[in-house]
Amino acid sequence: MTVTLPTTPATIIEVNAIGKSYGAVNALSGITTKVNAGQVTCVLGDNGAGKSTFIKILAGAHTPSEGQLLIDGVAVTFSSPRAALDMGIATVYQDLAVVPLMPVWRNFFLGSELTRGTGPFRRLDVKEMKRVTVEELANMGIDLRDVDQPIGTLSGGERQCVAIARAVYFGARVLILDEPTAALGVKQSGVVLRYIARARDKGLGVVFITHNPHHAYPVGDRFLLLNRGTSIGDFEKSQITLGELTSLMAGGAELDSLAHELERAERRS
Amino acid sequence: MTTTDIMTIATRPRVENRPIRRILGRPETGALVAALAVMIFFSVYTTTFLTLPGAGVWLESASTFGIMAVAVALLMIGGEFDLSAGVMTGFTALVVGILTTQFGVNIWVAAIVSLAVALAIGALNGYVVMRTGLPSFIVTLGTFFVLAGADLAVTKLLTGQVAIQGMTKVPFYDSIAAFFGSSLTIGGGVFYISVVWWIVVTIIATWVLLRTRAGNWIFAVGGALNSSRQVGVPVMKTKVGLFMTTSGAAWLVGMISLFRTSTVQANTGVGQEFIYIICAVVGGCLLTGGYGSAVGAALGALIYGMVFQGITFAQWDTNWLRTVLGGMLLLAVFLNHWVRRRATGGSR
Ligand SMILES: Nc1ncnc2c1ncn2[C@@H]1O[C@H](COP(=O)(O)OP(=O)(O)O)[C@@H](O)[C@H]1O
Ligand SMILES: [Mg+2]
Repeated sequence: MTVTLPTTPATIIEVNAIGKSYGAVNALSGITTKVNAGQVTCVLGDNGAGKSTFIKILAGAHTPSEGQLLIDGVAVTFSSPRAALDMGIATVYQDLAVVPLMPVWRNFFLGSELTRGTGPFRRLDVKEMKRVTVEELANMGIDLRDVDQPIGTLSGGERQCVAIARAVYFGARVLILDEPTAALGVKQSGVVLRYIARARDKGLGVVFITHNPHHAYPVGDRFLLLNRGTSIGDFEKSQITLGELTSLMAGGAELDSLAHELERAERRS
Repeated sequence: MTTTDIMTIATRPRVENRPIRRILGRPETGALVAALAVMIFFSVYTTTFLTLPGAGVWLESASTFGIMAVAVALLMIGGEFDLSAGVMTGFTALVVGILTTQFGVNIWVAAIVSLAVALAIGALNGYVVMRTGLPSFIVTLGTFFVLAGADLAVTKLLTGQVAIQGMTKVPFYDSIAAFFGSSLTIGGGVFYISVVWWIVVTIIATWVLLRTRAGNWIFAVGGALNSSRQVGVPVMKTKVGLFMTTSGAAWLVGMISLFRTSTVQANTGVGQEFIYIICAVVGGCLLTGGYGSAVGAALGALIYGMVFQGITFAQWDTNWLRTVLGGMLLLAVFLNHWVRRRATGGSR
């Protein structure tokens, strides 16, 4: 048994040899890693490696077909995303889980609306929700004068930050981010990476999914590498360099031959 | 570090916040303008339209369609259709008619049984749609035909006719008719209580839609189903509730038509489901879900009532009504599309 020393960060999620099949398709098997408070666990892998499947298990959207999930050392089975949310595990999906035509403030509180009054007079506390939305976004450096505008009118990075701000506000202990930087430019990615660091510094455990080692390495404390549904390593930052991470990701030799190929093609043209 | 964050984000051009854009952005604006135009047109063109008797006629006409259009609008905002909504208005009335005249059931009990059956069918519609993932268009088309056939066959079998007769002789008929079929005469104009029901339903629906959690969920499940599920919106409950609301509204309209005329035909309501959808779309609802308003749908029904009776007052050939409706639908769809593009900042 591991003895938690005061200096080592508390482990929130422990994943033990977990796997998932979609019928005959074995999307994931034998994955082991952990998520600590105040640390970022990066999940890296190419398209189709099983990253989304992995976090859907953590988020309660899928039940694993094998293995064990422990929260605070206790084995759990989530029946729904709500159940995971109630244990403080919040997920920001690739599609951000926002409703584009709805105003920013309604999106911010969707599923956890504030109300006033009781019985048939129980109604949305619109004023308070708008106030909190403005305030929480301002805390994240987003200055929106009009939280009534449809969230679909915001830029990708801003929507991402609204989604992160929402999860943090609702008391997430673990924040799961599915490729938050995939669709963003360099500048916007930087903004999002800063919010990841900020959430981490607030003591949240962060699970950061990406296929870009250059985004993962600077903020990450632990790196889980996936390839075609299996783990090709679960490293602490001290055990791996950015170069090693990059070449592992691209499959080492494959990248070398690719480099040769590209070089020749370039010379010819 | 914080300052750079603010800089990157705040340099984005701000969406303007002019009141005119706000008003253009409301779903019901187009319907309001159209309703005023129709009203002015028939008021000038005919002598009877803008009199109390005239108003009584077109309001009555609009009221039952209005109740259904509002319910159908909520359902459409929630991303679904109910093609059985029309036939359900006849079905609920037939249940009461048959239970009372053929089986001697107390009329109040019959009305409550009818409501319970309607809600159960609505819940079944919703459950099947959600469980199978099939389009509600297909599932409720099935319900529509099942009910339409049953209405005819059962009525014919039990009464030997295609309509319910002798409702007024049923004990306590007057006590229940007061709620659904009574009217008030003001200055020669007859105003039915259905108009009050229409207004009440519109107010409640607007309140629910804009000021309750359920309303938030309705917009959400219609706008982005998966996102809603991911943030913990009770998707099944919301959708099933919407189908039940629609069939509940159909029950109300069934009671209104039964107790206003004291009879019901076996084919009552068949074909009207599309008129409800047209009213909702004319009122600014997006066919694709996630956007619309109850007031808009009520205005859509008002336009329908005014056009329907206006054509009669103007002594035009009423056969053209459907052509006018079809044109209005297309116009509304184009207008909604354009307004929404403007409101949400165009391209994105
Ligand atoms: N719902 C599903 N049904 C069947 N196969 C699936 C499903 N979701 C994902 N898969 C398969 O599982 C594998 C892993 O997918 P995914 O977790 O989405 O990868 P990633 O997010 O890393 O790109 C892929 O081969 C994909 O086709
Ligand atoms: Mg993915």
